[in-house]
Amino acid sequence: MDFLVFQYPMITVQACLDGILLGVLFALIAYGMALQWGVMNIINIAQGDLVILGGYIAYFMYLYGIHPAWGVIVAPVIMYFVGIAIYKLVINKVVDRDLFISILATFGISILFMQLMNFAFGADVVLANSGYGTTMLFDSNVVLPNSKIFSAFISILFAVCLVIYMKKSKLGRAIRATAQNARAAKILGVDTEKVYAATFGINAALCGVAGALISITFTIHPYMGLPYTIRSFMIVIVAGLGNLPGVAMSGMGLGVFEEFADYILGTEFRIGSVFLLLVLILVYRRFKLSRKREYLK
Amino acid sequence: MNKNNLILYIGILIFGLAAPYVFPAFKVQLSILCILIVLAITWNIQGGEMGYNTFGNILFYGLGMYLCASVQVGMFFPLAEWTESGGEKTFVHTPAQFFQGMAMGLVVAAVVPTIVAGLIGYAILGLRGHYFAICTLGLGVAAGEISGGIEIIGAGQGFTTPPFPNVGSLEARGEFFYFLSFLVLILTFLAVKAIYSTRFKLILNAIRDNEDKAEAMGIETMKYKIIGWMISAFFCGLAGGIMGGLVGYIDSTDVAFDGREMGVFMVLMAILGGKGTLWGPVIGATVFHIFKEGFWTFFLGWQYVALGVLIVVIVIYFPEGIMGWLREKYPERFGEVVDEADRKAQVEIK
Repeated sequence: MDFLVFQYPMITVQACLDGILLGVLFALIAYGMALQWGVMNIINIAQGDLVILGGYIAYFMYLYGIHPAWGVIVAPVIMYFVGIAIYKLVINKVVDRDLFISILATFGISILFMQLMNFAFGADVVLANSGYGTTMLFDSNVVLPNSKIFSAFISILFAVCLVIYMKKSKLGRAIRATAQNARAAKILGVDTEKVYAATFGINAALCGVAGALISITFTIHPYMGLPYTIRSFMIVIVAGLGNLPGVAMSGMGLGVFEEFADYILGTEFRIGSVFLLLVLILVYRRFKLSRKREYLK
Repeated sequence: MNKNNLILYIGILIFGLAAPYVFPAFKVQLSILCILIVLAITWNIQGGEMGYNTFGNILFYGLGMYLCASVQVGMFFPLAEWTESGGEKTFVHTPAQFFQGMAMGLVVAAVVPTIVAGLIGYAILGLRGHYFAICTLGLGVAAGEISGGIEIIGAGQGFTTPPFPNVGSLEARGEFFYFLSFLVLILTFLAVKAIYSTRFKLILNAIRDNEDKAEAMGIETMKYKIIGWMISAFFCGLAGGIMGGLVGYIDSTDVAFDGREMGVFMVLMAILGGKGTLWGPVIGATVFHIFKEGFWTFFLGWQYVALGVLIVVIVIYFPEGIMGWLREKYPERFGEVVDEADRKAQVEIK
């Protein structure tokens, strides 16, 4: 094996650290996915496009001379209302329906967003330069951009805040109650319609934060949404719904996997390997579950 | 088959045969329509009859496209040099070579996807519901991304299929591809119609309605699911092979494994026409194609916006499709016995 990764151990360290910092971001997006999946039983294919839209908000702030890091605060506020609007227009009509209907409807939203962003912002790959510089580790063998460390830190901060909010606040309790049993929650006086809207809004806001961070650390492009959806879906099914440490761990695992796939297979197979991994995970899960089913027999 | 149906079929056949001469300017569009109908029918076997909503049939379509073109080139010329030259006229197919290659390519394009479907079927079709949908979506995109990295079939630069040989008439190319796709359409329709009149269709419907119960009744559901998928893959591959020749240029993510266009169109056409009916996909594909061409022509650039809105609207407000709507309106035509007293009672309740 003459791959660079195995010859120079420092590259392995670099890939691992990059992957972990990237994975924290994925975990944040996946957390939003798990939230809406758990509460509304909806799989949102447009998740990735919401992320990209959040990224463009930060990018535009950068263009107008505001430091893009403020996008972390502005993007979720805007995206919250975008999420509510999407909920009111489309999602509330598919909540109780067949899951495939929701997948297809959000797929439609995804295509719509993709193209509208393409019109509005152009088809160029852009990034917002944060100017944070880099950190050198291990005799300058490992280079970490400070923006990545910043983004991982902010992601963890938002995730922790949200967890506390879900535990302590009234809306958080209502959301958790609805997730457990929507009918019972309705009987006990929870306005589930409002809870659904808020859940979707919070999910969109999380996507906005993640998007703003992605625009600082990586690049954004109108058509790059779907891989983020697939990644978050994958993280959620690996971790399971409502398993937060699991989401964080599998997010980081996915990040590290991607970095190594990038080094070993080459960048052109990076996205392909993510999608292939999804298929493999689902197939593995299917065989594991079918074994369990046979025990029951 | 009663008399009305016979007249309908003969009418369609005559229309189909005469169409390229009556509308010579629309030959390519008509060929694409035939391909779209084939794709909608094959999707309907999964999504409509079996209840397995797949986004991944594009995999077989793209596979068929690449295979047909590769075989057509590879039979006579070195494939690697062909793709490297990017379709320059270093190698020219004689008419005999072209048709021979096309025939051989179509056979391979139909058979290999069928085998692939059989091989991956056991693993993939064990998934249920949305897991299946997302998994097949992943399959389609992964195939596109991976084929975009393989050098011998052109990688990101694309693959130019052999140009149509000079056989005298300028109209020959359009007519050849039109009749080829029309033939495949007829084959697909007849095959599916024949299948739908057997016990096989009932088993597929049983799987859709309640898979566990079907299994408990002693049906080997997995076997039938795989066979159903293989039938789909066969015709999808065939359609892809023809489409490759028709378009003349294969790109991994924009033409072959085009989940954003063709992959969604399949689903949309079948749902628009009415899932789980024989004629639904045919009607849906026709309506969709006319709408699409009109929109694509007059609002160029906004087509994906329109597509997104169309998907949302159809899925939310029109999930039963045209056939479902007709069925509700004229239940007698569909062989449903309606009790007059029952209907009156229902009206009174309303």
